[in-house]
Amino acid sequence: MTVGKNEVEYVASLARITLSEEEKVMYTEQFNTILEYIHMLNKLELDEVEPTTHVLPLHNVLRKDLVKVSTQKIIEQVLEEAPEKEKFLFRVPSIIE
Amino acid sequence: MELQTESKIFCSCPNRFGEKPNTNVCPVCLGLPGSLPVFNKNALELAVKAALALNCQVAYYSKFDRKNYFYPDLPKAYQISQYDYPLAKEGFLDLLKDGHVIRRVIIERLHLEEDAGKLMHDHEKACSYVDFNRCGVPLMEIVTAPDMRSPQEAQLFLESLRRILLYTATSDCKMEEGSLRCDANISLRQHGEKLLGEKVEIKNMNSFRAAFKGLEYEINRQAEILQRNGTISQETRRWDESQGKTYEMRSKEKEHDYRYFPEPDLPPLVLNEAMLARIKKQLPELPVQRASRFIEELGLRPYQAEILISSPALANFFEDTLQHFSEPQIVCNWLLGDILRLLKETGQEIEEVAFTPQYLAELLAVLEKGDISGRSAKEVLEESFKYGSNPRRIIEEKGLAQIDDERELSEAVSQVLIGNPGAVEDYRGGNKKALTFLVGMVMKQTKGQANPKIVMNLLRSELDGEN
Amino acid sequence: MELYELTACQAANALAKKEVTACDLTESIYKRIAAVEDKIKGFITVREKQEALSEAVQVQDSLEKGDKLASLRGIPMTLKDNICTLNLPTTCGSKMLQGYYPPYDAHVTEKLQEAGTILVGKSNMDEFAMGSSTENSSFYPTLNPWNQHYVPGGSSGGSAALVAARETFFALGSDTGGSVRQPASLCGVVGFKPTYGLVSRYGLIAFASSLDQIGTLTRDVRDCAMVLDIIAGHDSRDSTSVPREKENYSRDLEKSSSSFRVGIPRECFGQGVEEDVKKAVKRGIEKCQQIGTVIEEISFPHNEHALPAYYLVATAESSSNLARYDGIQYGFRSKKAENLHDLYRKTREEGFGPEVKRRVMLGTYALSSGYYDAYYLKALKVRTIIRKDFEKIFEDHDFVIMPTSPTVAFAMGEKVDDPLTMYLNDIFTVPANLAGLPAISIPCGFSRGLPVGLQVVGRPFDEKRLLQFSYKLESLLQVKDIKPDIAEVGQTDIS
Repeated sequence: MTVGKNEVEYVASLARITLSEEEKVMYTEQFNTILEYIHMLNKLELDEVEPTTHVLPLHNVLRKDLVKVSTQKIIEQVLEEAPEKEKFLFRVPSIIE
Repeated sequence: MELQTESKIFCSCPNRFGEKPNTNVCPVCLGLPGSLPVFNKNALELAVKAALALNCQVAYYSKFDRKNYFYPDLPKAYQISQYDYPLAKEGFLDLLKDGHVIRRVIIERLHLEEDAGKLMHDHEKACSYVDFNRCGVPLMEIVTAPDMRSPQEAQLFLESLRRILLYTATSDCKMEEGSLRCDANISLRQHGEKLLGEKVEIKNMNSFRAAFKGLEYEINRQAEILQRNGTISQETRRWDESQGKTYEMRSKEKEHDYRYFPEPDLPPLVLNEAMLARIKKQLPELPVQRASRFIEELGLRPYQAEILISSPALANFFEDTLQHFSEPQIVCNWLLGDILRLLKETGQEIEEVAFTPQYLAELLAVLEKGDISGRSAKEVLEESFKYGSNPRRIIEEKGLAQIDDERELSEAVSQVLIGNPGAVEDYRGGNKKALTFLVGMVMKQTKGQANPKIVMNLLRSELDGEN
Repeated sequence: MELYELTACQAANALAKKEVTACDLTESIYKRIAAVEDKIKGFITVREKQEALSEAVQVQDSLEKGDKLASLRGIPMTLKDNICTLNLPTTCGSKMLQGYYPPYDAHVTEKLQEAGTILVGKSNMDEFAMGSSTENSSFYPTLNPWNQHYVPGGSSGGSAALVAARETFFALGSDTGGSVRQPASLCGVVGFKPTYGLVSRYGLIAFASSLDQIGTLTRDVRDCAMVLDIIAGHDSRDSTSVPREKENYSRDLEKSSSSFRVGIPRECFGQGVEEDVKKAVKRGIEKCQQIGTVIEEISFPHNEHALPAYYLVATAESSSNLARYDGIQYGFRSKKAENLHDLYRKTREEGFGPEVKRRVMLGTYALSSGYYDAYYLKALKVRTIIRKDFEKIFEDHDFVIMPTSPTVAFAMGEKVDDPLTMYLNDIFTVPANLAGLPAISIPCGFSRGLPVGLQVVGRPFDEKRLLQFSYKLESLLQVKDIKPDIAEVGQTDIS
């Protein structure tokens, strides 16, 4: 399995990253090197193996349904960090094209 | 459906509607770097409750997954949802009409997820605004099989679902606040064909009425295309309430590769029989069972039972009244008649009024005993409904109690006989209708408080006895 | 001897005996920073000295009032810049978060503050902890204190270099695939990654959530145990934090119980491992034998499969974890965007460096429709195999010893253009992350004047014994007192 430039373009678009032409070439090449290395996993017999999504044997980690309201300071600092805002709202370029 | 918890699904922010923008938030629901989700126990229990009420198989093992997509109302750029191991599967909901099951709708799955924020658009300034208050509100998503055959059935399904959620107190189902939302898939099938046509998804139908109208519109649209020998393409359309039409959504909004994968920040859920049994025990009697009990055990008519169970509060009111006054048919008549009318007039829900089942029972008992007249009873009901005051006190204060005392009534009867010699003569002359007139006069004299039966007897014995 | 040369424990003892004050220690650290930081570049942010000093005064007051002391009260320390601090920017080494002030403190930040330690700054790192050399920092690379032409390792290269350069008494880092142990090895300090779930990740900016664990960088094993005493423990804000009784790691540290059985995986001494590294690690192993430790050669059959599996799991999770940097709520936003579509793409194009883009895209690919089973799912299965390998080994061994890194520090720029070669640095550290095991890197020798690290991996939550064993081993190795010689400002640079 090798990766072509169009696949790199697709992945970049899914990840919302613009790439220059040179970058597309570079990443395509590097992906192929890395994937070739990764393909060593294909030699393993894995059909009967369960995947591990969590290493810990934890389950049902639940919290009580209790309310805690954020302090004014937290709210203010959150808005302080907004690249663009208006009053209490975050502003973004129009979504409706 | 939004679950009726106190706090959000993965953080302790209040699960509340209508706050100042971006104030009902914290690092977790804002998805700030470094924050982590912790699952709300109550959200789990409510969802299990709903699943059991919908006859679902609750999974012994389920887990959360991340659904990845970019949108400004989604702060982490992924939604924590459930993908291949949902909380529950394989349930059903029976649709009832006149006491009969007209359709069984299969529930394919029920899963939990978090809500996103809210976007507002300013067309003039060509920008949008984000309010994250709603982020992290617990949602329960239900997917049905393609079992409904008409917009009527779809509406009936939504109503029945709403009822169950209200009965189990799992969601308040307020559509205007967005706590119950639905997307619907529609595909038509030509007569004689076995397979369904391409399916079209309709989004943004935010009320039962909108769901009905949207589906009706879409069926007509598709039918027209098919009649013109056109083809239906699989697509997502948006219901525009103001235009009363569906519109195709831009292709960009449909391009999906959600890259689901197990949420590493949340360990899986492992439920066992004992836990499910404990929650099952908390389940109230469900609407369909309740309706059939009303019909079979209390002798109500199917249509009456159906109206009574339409809201758990109304059915509770009915049964609470029966605790003190055990005449189901009479209680039902009053509830479905005057009380529903009063509710409609005042725009209130039964659970919001100060009028209680005890009051209704007392009123009906007084009426049955004949202590007040039917007309007075209606007057007392209105008064009691409006001010939440005790009917007995109203009867007392207004002096509405019937006069049963024969001596007191005899006096009034004598006076009426003396004052209406013409009518007395008519009666004696064979015009029996004159008696009704005389009864009316006695009632008038006693300001309507006289017991008409006793008055009738007294008059008769006076008039007939002299013969 | 200058105060900054003391270990954290020695400094704490001096404080307890009232030989020095918290202000003296803080002053000394700032003096050292002023003298050598230009040569190391280990910090992204150094806290205002006055601020740190006024905190030191407060701590000193409470010390003198006979306050019940946590053992490191009054000791200056540093946090990696992916650990949230309310009062200092937290950048993750990225332009994306330049100048970003989180509205809350990480769990470990709170714990260290409660314990009365004094934060002096935030350390440099590979952008979003992606890298093994700290060259991927958006700001500047950190230099290895032993030789400033060499990298300090990564991604916690800033933390490791600062501890080695005596610019801080201890530092925290984060370890996703070796990011604490590998730089510790390359800088000649002790780096410890606890069992997954022992230290809360709340407030640690995620790289790969199922692998990330906060770790310590210290001058010796005792300091490591003392820091761990403060930061370990259950936190209800992290669902993967394990509720278990708190242990005291520094107490009885020297009381290593009976003799241990240690496995030496033969696969970890093969090709690609520098001869000097093998030699130094083997020397360490021989020392163990002298104290009655049973050493056995064992097989760790899937060691080579750990790295590719790691790169799939880590990149896949990171592609999701880093999706939130979109210029909407906080951090960098491209000024060139005219619409929403552009806003995402340009913000992420300009805000992320090449390694982050590479990994985010690789991870996106591994999760994308049609490839999930071939890549991501496969990696999760390999994770199971690696865990089982370890379970089997730990059935009759207490610890596993192997090199931390196959090489000593490499030259700046040497591997920047070759991602795969760079990834191979992590070949011996990623298995512990995949299996969630505790692992420590201890300096065990030198090659060409550069430190070599020896790694000990233990059973889950067996930190206490792991540290006791490491403490004993450290004392046998006798390399911990060898310090890098950094020319101070004003001195002639002879390198």
